[in-house]
Amino acid sequence: MPKESFILVGVNHKNTPVEIREKIALSSGYEEPLRQLVQIPGCKECYLLSTCNRVEVLVVGIAGEELEEQLITFLFGNESPASAWRDYVYVYNGNEAVKHLFTVAASLDSLVVGEAQILGQLKEAYRYATELGTAGPLLNRLLHKSFSVAKRIRTETGIGSSAVSISSAAVELARKIFGDLQDKHVMLVGAGEMAELAAQHLVGQGVVSVTVVNRTFSRAVDLAQRFNGHAVSFDELLTQLEKVDIIISSTGAPNMILHKEQLKPVMRSRRNKPLFFIDIAVPRDLDPNLNDLENLYLYDIDDLSQVVEMNRSERDREALKAGRIVEEETMKFGRWLDGMELTPTIQDLRRKADDICSIELEKTLSKISSLSAKERKSVEKMAAAISSRILYDPLQYLKSGSCGEHDKTQVKIETLRNVFGLGRNGSE
Amino acid sequence: MKELSFVFFQAVLGTTFLACVLYLVFFVSQNGKVRKVARMILILSGVLQTLYIGSRLLLAGYTPITSAHEAVMFFAWATTLAYLSFRWRYTVKNFGTFVSWLIMFLLIAAAMASREILPLKPVLQSWYLPIHASLSLFAYAFFSLAFCGALMYLLQERELKRKTFGYFFARLPSLDALDQLNSHCVAAGFVFMTLGIVTGSLWTKQASGTYWQWHPKEIWSMVTWILYLVMIHQRFTAGWRGKRTAIMAVAGFATLLFTLLGVMYPLGGA
Repeated sequence: MPKESFILVGVNHKNTPVEIREKIALSSGYEEPLRQLVQIPGCKECYLLSTCNRVEVLVVGIAGEELEEQLITFLFGNESPASAWRDYVYVYNGNEAVKHLFTVAASLDSLVVGEAQILGQLKEAYRYATELGTAGPLLNRLLHKSFSVAKRIRTETGIGSSAVSISSAAVELARKIFGDLQDKHVMLVGAGEMAELAAQHLVGQGVVSVTVVNRTFSRAVDLAQRFNGHAVSFDELLTQLEKVDIIISSTGAPNMILHKEQLKPVMRSRRNKPLFFIDIAVPRDLDPNLNDLENLYLYDIDDLSQVVEMNRSERDREALKAGRIVEEETMKFGRWLDGMELTPTIQDLRRKADDICSIELEKTLSKISSLSAKERKSVEKMAAAISSRILYDPLQYLKSGSCGEHDKTQVKIETLRNVFGLGRNGSE
Repeated sequence: MKELSFVFFQAVLGTTFLACVLYLVFFVSQNGKVRKVARMILILSGVLQTLYIGSRLLLAGYTPITSAHEAVMFFAWATTLAYLSFRWRYTVKNFGTFVSWLIMFLLIAAAMASREILPLKPVLQSWYLPIHASLSLFAYAFFSLAFCGALMYLLQERELKRKTFGYFFARLPSLDALDQLNSHCVAAGFVFMTLGIVTGSLWTKQASGTYWQWHPKEIWSMVTWILYLVMIHQRFTAGWRGKRTAIMAVAGFATLLFTLLGVMYPLGGA
């Protein structure tokens, strides 16, 4: 008897280069793709997750080559055969799919491990699946479970508290200096890609404004537009320093652009309000002696890497803990699922025994008229007890846990159904 | 009553020590539940301290702030109250760990001094005694909170400047939060201290006919007051903040400890 299970097919930033991921066109949102997905024969329930780093399809159906190929074709379209994309996609079945979903929800599979954004994306995707009615009882249960697993991992481990990239390290340091970043002003000096990323992270923390200074003014204007900020010319750099709090420098200048002596009067006119400099340029833009000034903090790329490394080892420890929780929850969910599979067989078995008892009791008791009501009750009780005792061992056999790598639940169900002749009257 | 008072004091020592240990466990483990229990026990300690001071008030028949033991005990009690009231309004990560240990040290100092209840000296028999002494000790309490915040600031600033992110980096709050804590506690302490000095001066006038006697205690109180005044003035005018004010808060605390313990008691109280 083929078994229905979870099948997960997807691509992510680890397995698939961006050129390939770009081919997956899901720009129209969730509704249309979900409608298409549910049309695929064999998909009983389905769910789709699409973020900038991953696209995943999770369905409930009969696992097999055919369904997998259809799901891959759904992702990549008909232009090439599904086999052409096999190297780029990952396919998980059953418990592996459950484990993968839990891992994704807990942000253990994300580019920035521990980031909280993925859970929101998962919930949004789930909202579409429920609105369109493509998620049934199994997916509902699984997805709700994945949210609670993610929450458990967030509360029981420190996975979310450690920054892991240069830009989030910069944000973490800024938070240690300023606390709340909501009323802070950021200035970008130069227009390097990494500086832009760091600025993006800071904007994500709600900073008030972004000012861009660049030798090529038009470039500064372009970049400023992206952050809804404003551009200023390079000559205004020093006067601007009086107004901003966080400066990310990444010019291609061969020499240092700011020296300690220049900053002394700036600090005075700022009334010593803290200044945080992040120098991502190589060679460095800022005089390392700036760090000697009171209330001024200067970090270059190596210093930031140090924060990243420190957090990485911390994060690795937390990720281990989180991995253990994922394993544990996957196992629990597997047990629940097995229970779900066993339920119809147990019910059939009990029903059959009850039916036999009632038929035979009817036959026998109709021939004996001398029995009192109390005696009839006792005979009925005895029949029920015999059937329970006979069923005890088969049920224990059915419920006993599967040891080792192979799950024998399906074999057991089939054996019992054959032995007891269950489902021969058209119930299957 | 005497026995009960003794029991209260032992209970104060026991609960405060337990709170300190739990705050330390929280500092290491960062488990929020432990902090909650620690805070509850510190509140219990505050209640017991109140009962102990109350019992001494009944035993002595006057406000018990006249001996070294009583003054330091009152100092610890005021610090506990100041912390709990501060904690009710602001949250500063791991502040409780530092403050609870300071309270513990004060209690140990109180435990080491003589607990004997002596008849009130004629010079102290004035209704200015409870007002002046409690205002001054509440000032000390807020200054001691500022001291704890300043220590935390200096530890965190050191890690950020040296870029050696050790044990304290993740466990201490932001520099800004600590600087604000310093500013608020110094401001509150300064108001109490000013009122304490004014009432002290009025008391001196009542007792000896002059407002100012150039007593070492008065001089050192004035030195402490001026130190905090400079600190507040410079913060508002020249923008002094951060490390500089943290160092001043530590220096201010040292001066007030000297005023309280070094000058005040060998010279006979109040």
